Amino acid sequence: MKNRVLKAALLAGLAVSATLGFAGTALADGEKYVLIHHSPDSETFWNTVKNGASLAAKEVGATVTFRNPPTGDLADMVRIIQQTTAEKPDGIIVTIPDVETVGGAIEDAVAKGIPVVTMNTGTAEESKKLGAMLHVGQPEFDAGKGAGERAKAAGIKSFLCVNSLFPNVAGQQRCEGFAAGLGVPLGDQMIDSGTDATEIANRVKAYLSNHQDTGAVLTLGPMTALPTIKALKDTGLAGTIFFATFDLTPEISQAIKDGVINFAIDQQPFLQGYLPVITLTNDLRYGVLQANSVLSGPGFVTKDNLALVESLAGKYR
Amino acid sequence: MSTTIGADERVKHTSTLRRALVRPELGAMGGTVAVFAFFLILAGNTQMFALDGIMNWSTVSAQFVVLAVGVSLLMITGEFDLSLGSMVGFSGMVFGLLAVYVGLPAWAAIGVTVLACGLIGAINGLLVIRTGLPSFIVTLAFMFILRGLTIWSAITFNKQPVVSGIADISAGDPVAWLFGGKALGALFAWLGEQGLIATYTRGTRLGQPIVDGIPMLIIWAIVMVIVGQWVLTRTRFGNWIYAAGGDPQAARYIGVPVARVKVAMFIVAALCATLLGISQAVEFGSAASDRGLMKEFEAIICVVIGGALLTGGYGSVIGAALGAVIFGVVQQGLFFTNVESSLFRVFLGSILLAAVIANTYIRRAITGER
Repeated sequence: MKNRVLKAALLAGLAVSATLGFAGTALADGEKYVLIHHSPDSETFWNTVKNGASLAAKEVGATVTFRNPPTGDLADMVRIIQQTTAEKPDGIIVTIPDVETVGGAIEDAVAKGIPVVTMNTGTAEESKKLGAMLHVGQPEFDAGKGAGERAKAAGIKSFLCVNSLFPNVAGQQRCEGFAAGLGVPLGDQMIDSGTDATEIANRVKAYLSNHQDTGAVLTLGPMTALPTIKALKDTGLAGTIFFATFDLTPEISQAIKDGVINFAIDQQPFLQGYLPVITLTNDLRYGVLQANSVLSGPGFVTKDNLALVESLAGKYR
Repeated sequence: MSTTIGADERVKHTSTLRRALVRPELGAMGGTVAVFAFFLILAGNTQMFALDGIMNWSTVSAQFVVLAVGVSLLMITGEFDLSLGSMVGFSGMVFGLLAVYVGLPAWAAIGVTVLACGLIGAINGLLVIRTGLPSFIVTLAFMFILRGLTIWSAITFNKQPVVSGIADISAGDPVAWLFGGKALGALFAWLGEQGLIATYTRGTRLGQPIVDGIPMLIIWAIVMVIVGQWVLTRTRFGNWIYAAGGDPQAARYIGVPVARVKVAMFIVAALCATLLGISQAVEFGSAASDRGLMKEFEAIICVVIGGALLTGGYGSVIGAALGAVIFGVVQQGLFFTNVESSLFRVFLGSILLAAVIANTYIRRAITGER
């Protein structure tokens, strides 16, 4: 009896997967692209990238699949790139979180004749060296520096960089850029915040209570920005301390409106997802390719230009 | 020929000192003293031991305590639950989706979430009992299942991996403040007015007390430690927990419902994770699908520092709570010292290792076990 139930369940499972498989092939009448990024599941940021890439794929009639190492392990990411290369898709869109680790696998994909566009982390130079067509992204150091210069103009002399991307070079570059923009050495102004909301909030409180003269806070994304907003509200510093963050979510937009956050550094993840799909398709179908890499950021979102951004935040911005 | 009634051969008399020494939490107590001494020397002149500093590391420690209470009881019955970290994220997301997407009032969403997560705990336990597979394997599977469901449900129903807008729904709710609120606010406000505790000297809250109440999570942690330790050491059920983990077959022979005890502890552990998940969602006003990453291991570490054996049958709730305090204090304390912050993992690992080695050494020396 038990056996029969089990068999029935197995059959049902097979039927479902067969249907799904069929539906999958029926949809794929255009080019097949794979987008591989380095982040663990679930930052809002990547959802916006997905929205951009999916929209572009829909517009040109291609399909794009998303892959990432579930824990953010770069060694896993290398395996994913290798496996994707073996599948020989029509194009690969990939991030360069660390050129030493993932560079080899990307070069192999290029060598196999697969068109590759790099995006998000990494630089245009790295992208070129690996043989990719072009890079769509925000130079991290420059973005941090631009933000630091804005803070300096507001009279800021010291800051706290809340870094949740500790193993990732990009985090360090952003913090260093901000320090360079301010014209001060980074020193111990950067903390490893971890990824737990309560711990982040409490570490920010601990640092600020121990460094009373801190003039500004820089967060590297929604993961650290939201607990930091709470920490500042709790300690009554919200609105009095200069607060800059990378990337946008509805909460961050609200905080800009409330005057808690001075500005968000928008690297326009929508473009980072959208443009590579269009670039690959244009090259494959019509043989046209723009000559240079694309700087998708930094764009600065402040109270003054918030209105449009806000209506699209989390979806297209 | 009457002999005097000698001492009952079944009862062995031990000195009070020895009895105190063989308690599982001894190592953790030593560790706690050492860690506090360490930070008093290194950070004694900073804000760490001011009222707001104490509240700061206590809140982080309370997070670990809440999980460690459930995990210690479960581990004493000889089982693991590796799905607890995922459960933190899952429970927050279920609560968030029910409140924001379905539109239930916060108290109802909390009720449904607690029921659903308790049920998953029971399924975990029943699967372990019925299949006879190690709980390590079964709950490892649930670690992925729950994390996957969390991300999938968030993207499917909310189009984003983070559900926000919980703050508005839980404001003024009769139950939600129990999870994200603060206790004794009026007392602290009064203390501030009297100048007995520090008040803000800058910012928008100028003149208000820096510490405006005790976070509910700390209250939960204290209550749970007291109840947990009482059940474990003062009730028949507590004996069953030790028996189920020490020697399940022998326990069955003397009539302990081993399966029921284990399943109950799986439910308790799942509910502890649920408490943390809902509390974080209410406190931060959002549920994120990556909440609770690695928390299962951190809870196990706390319990092991607290003197529990990985094989079950030995350990205590107070020990686990002390382990959690050590963990929290070390993690937060380094932010008060001027130690390079990237080194904190090195410190953490070293102190953990030292605590566990000391624990094991003391236990072996005293109990004479191998």
